[in-house]
Amino acid sequence: MTPPVEPSADEILRFAGVSMRYGRGPEVLSDVSLSLPRGSFHFVTGPSGAGKSSLLKLIYLAARPSSGQVRLFGEDIDAMAARDLPRIRRRIGVVFQDLLLLDHLSAFDNTALPLRIAGHKPAEYRNDVAELLTWVGLGQRMNALPPTLAGGEKQRLAIARAVVNRPEILLADEPTGNVDHEMALRIYRLFVELNRLGTTVIIATHDQDLVARSARPVLHLDKGRLRPMPPQGPLAEPGE
Amino acid sequence: MSEPFDPSRWRPASFLPDEDARDPALLFVVAVLCFLACLTGLGVIAGTRAANGWASQLTGEATVIVRARGGETPDAAAARAAEALAAVPGVTEARALEKEKAYALIKPWLGDVADLDDLPVPRLVAVGLDDKKPATAATLGAALKGHGLDAVVDDHSVWIKDIRHAAGVVSWTAATLLLLIAGAAAAVVAYATRAGLAARRDVVEVLHLTGAEDAQIANLFELRFARVAALAGAAGAAAAALLGAVLRLIGGGQGITPALPIAWIDLLAVLPCPLLAALVAAVAARVTARRLIQKL
Repeated sequence: MTPPVEPSADEILRFAGVSMRYGRGPEVLSDVSLSLPRGSFHFVTGPSGAGKSSLLKLIYLAARPSSGQVRLFGEDIDAMAARDLPRIRRRIGVVFQDLLLLDHLSAFDNTALPLRIAGHKPAEYRNDVAELLTWVGLGQRMNALPPTLAGGEKQRLAIARAVVNRPEILLADEPTGNVDHEMALRIYRLFVELNRLGTTVIIATHDQDLVARSARPVLHLDKGRLRPMPPQGPLAEPGE
Repeated sequence: MSEPFDPSRWRPASFLPDEDARDPALLFVVAVLCFLACLTGLGVIAGTRAANGWASQLTGEATVIVRARGGETPDAAAARAAEALAAVPGVTEARALEKEKAYALIKPWLGDVADLDDLPVPRLVAVGLDDKKPATAATLGAALKGHGLDAVVDDHSVWIKDIRHAAGVVSWTAATLLLLIAGAAAAVVAYATRAGLAARRDVVEVLHLTGAEDAQIANLFELRFARVAALAGAAGAAAAALLGAVLRLIGGGQGITPALPIAWIDLLAVLPCPLLAALVAAVAARVTARRLIQKL
């Protein structure tokens, strides 16, 4: 059994003995306990089926644990009513594994979506969205529909949407899975930059090379359990 | 080459795609349902007016059949009966009908008889009754008996009862039909909402995970389907009103037939249809959408 994790003052996320299963299926996460400080940067690694995406789903509130306790921003998620969950979700940015871009909306509309949902007026965020899209390298593609974008562009658009609301936690599920090495490094640098601005970043990835070279802490999952993972390779920050 | 994107001129796009392949089909089905509902409504109005007209005509009248006694001629007996009846309180008019009218009534049974004057054919007296305090059949009978007349009074009460009963049956049947049509429209919209949500699951999922309230997502579908239903309701109502107008023009003052008289003002009854259709659609879409979102 994973030893209990002591809460700390700057803790943003805490799992205490969390298990999860889909329906009546087998457990995909078993007795996971962890505590992440605000402003930290973590990778979540592990083989396929280890439970990485399920762990992220619990954090972005797309699923509930079958047992154990999840605390986000100091609040016990299990004790919250369903009507209060949207308020928590708005504090989290997610780059989904399959991106989930809306094909009928332009890059600008896709990016502005979280701000519209939060009830902001277009005049308040128009310039910020344009600036952000320029920052991620999509300044010339603001009016483009996602199906017309290249793989790397889509990935950066999904990142722009995830961070436009200045989330306190940024989750990314295999954000470099479908891009070449150079693009993976550019995306990674984006996350580092956001982390420097204060965002807590959690990235689930298969990219062992990226993880090994980043010198960032790793949450290693194996068969739904957190296991210690010794650092691999030189601890040089990619691109730094 | 396309113009460069200008953020200052940007207007937020709808979260749901403007074009949805299901909308035209839904529009057509709801329009047909609204057309049928409006037509049923117009039929009810015309039927009720006809029934009320007949009942009112029959309520204000009575017919007296007078047979001559002894040496008195049928015409003299009828004249005496009319005079006696005119004096009864609750009678506004009593008029002995021409013998030809009585002959016309019995002609189907006797055929063309050369000289009906040889037969003791009873005469008819038409009696007009006061709308507010009409004389009863018993009062009229007693007055006739008091004047030594052999007569039978028909105050049409049997017919009035039948007409009112028939009008009631028609009204209830039409109301049931209207309810069934409204229910069918709601079911169609609920089905379409479910299909729409399934087809737009990506939108629902993204909005849900990005922090949209359930009500925000349900509102999208509610507005979308309410708009479609209002449009369909307007089309169905316009088609029904057009058909009603054509029937009114063809039938003249009597409308379709004397049995279903349509007045121009009746056509206004279709006006609430778009609003009602939108309301039914909005409620059906809201309930369906919220149920489905809660299962996410």
